[in-house]
Amino acid sequence: MSAVLTAQGLHKSFGAVRAAADINLTFDPDTVVSLIGANGAGKTTFLNIVTGYLRPDSGHILFGERDIVGFSPRQITKLGISRSFQIPQLFNSLSVRENLLVAESIAATDDPQAATDEALTRFELAPYAAQKAGLVPEGIRKLLDVAMALSSRSKLLLLDEPTSGVSADEKVAIMDVVIGAARAARVTVIFVEHDMDIVARFAGRVVAFYDGGIIADGSPDTVLRAENVRRYVIGEEIPHAAA
Amino acid sequence: MKAAAVAIASLVALTALALLSPQWLVFMAMLMLAKGVVVLGLLVLMRTGLVSFGQGLYFGIGAYAAALLSHGLHVADAAVMLLAGAAAAALIAALLGLLLAGYRDIFFAMLSLAFSMILYGLLVKSAALGSTDGFNLHARTFFGVALAPGVERRVFLIAGAVFAVVVALLVHRLFRGHWGRLATGVRDNELRVSYLGASPYRAVYVNYLIAGAMAGLGGALAALAVGHVDPETTYWTTSGEFVFIAILGGTQSILAPFVAATIFEALRTVASQYAPNLWQMSLGLAMLAIIMFLPAGLWTLAERRRRSA
Repeated sequence: MSAVLTAQGLHKSFGAVRAAADINLTFDPDTVVSLIGANGAGKTTFLNIVTGYLRPDSGHILFGERDIVGFSPRQITKLGISRSFQIPQLFNSLSVRENLLVAESIAATDDPQAATDEALTRFELAPYAAQKAGLVPEGIRKLLDVAMALSSRSKLLLLDEPTSGVSADEKVAIMDVVIGAARAARVTVIFVEHDMDIVARFAGRVVAFYDGGIIADGSPDTVLRAENVRRYVIGEEIPHAAA
Repeated sequence: MKAAAVAIASLVALTALALLSPQWLVFMAMLMLAKGVVVLGLLVLMRTGLVSFGQGLYFGIGAYAAALLSHGLHVADAAVMLLAGAAAAALIAALLGLLLAGYRDIFFAMLSLAFSMILYGLLVKSAALGSTDGFNLHARTFFGVALAPGVERRVFLIAGAVFAVVVALLVHRLFRGHWGRLATGVRDNELRVSYLGASPYRAVYVNYLIAGAMAGLGGALAALAVGHVDPETTYWTTSGEFVFIAILGGTQSILAPFVAATIFEALRTVASQYAPNLWQMSLGLAMLAIIMFLPAGLWTLAERRRRSA
């Protein structure tokens, strides 16, 4: 089983801030991986490097066998890496349906109309299809943002805080829809998340970032229980050397 | 289908107008069509969220291209002139678009204005092209058919109407499909467009090219109507007029530019007849009223009527 995405020795600094310090990660097909870490730990920087928005100071990103460092976001999207945004990036003056239609038409689907109808159903957006994207509730905007990213050619889907900005009781429902759609499309998912309940429930693997580096990587059970993760990521007070 | 019906009705009405009305009205209808086509091009550009304050550049290029054919090469065929006007403008737009498609907002508007004023400066200094006076052109045939003196303008109006209707139908098709939605997408959110795998730059470039070619066609048509070209065609007030008409009509309909151009020409004619020293002020007041009461343009009235019906 060859990896979908491989990061090798990524470094990125903004002045004195280390946003990525020797990041090495491998992502296997059909997995759901969560990236966790406090604000500024380097999660979004990692997504931005993968999608070509930022260029690493050094290191390689392999998508399949291909090194994609130096590619533009547009070229990388065309290869099959798509992303959603922490703040949904939509076409506010178009309807929900038209937003999807633009996405599917750009993806050069054979039948954009049919693909759009399918996405509307899969993401439970059909009741909002005719409404302007700028006027629908935030939870719907989040779903639409993911639905647009997950076009028919996506192989790898990056989600930047898919549940931020929506109420606690909506989060699980949104993630159910998103992960369900991704599995159905057989797409590898990497998502950044702050809500540990969501992480534990949906991720098959968790990678914890701290200060530009990786401090834990493994199954949710192991990673979420690790002491340094509880201290630096979850923010629990852990008494020193109690024994 | 509705579009086709409107297109045929417009053609019939304009043909009737061309055959039956007095010369002055034929002249005004040609100017109206010419400006309508330019402003429709402006609407194509506005779909991507950009306003050009320099469409006079392409209007002037179209007019001078048509006139130079007549003056320099002794080509007197109106159809050739119209096509040459559009082609010359498209050529220059293809070059300048490479630069301009990288700019947005006020920078795009000012840069487009600057280019039109450069052409104005060149024309004013060019003695060979008649400097500020410009020069005359004569078109006597249409697709090779010689026309009797007196009927030329009537034939040109019909030709102009056919060109305008075809262009309007093409724009209508363009707006309804993926390209129209993509252009709106570029206006709303370029970041998203890039992250869907499309190029905002290319969308802007192509729309700029379309707008330029349409302005060139309009310029050639206006030159045929007037029988004379001068640097005024590329002056900033001419460009401003196009933006004025675009705002007057609004952007919701393909017909709006033509209706607005008609109202504009009528308004100007009446205003300069009854208040020769105040006609610009009259237009200014009309614009003020539009912006205050119908910010989405005159087309709002039609929409309101449809909704209440």
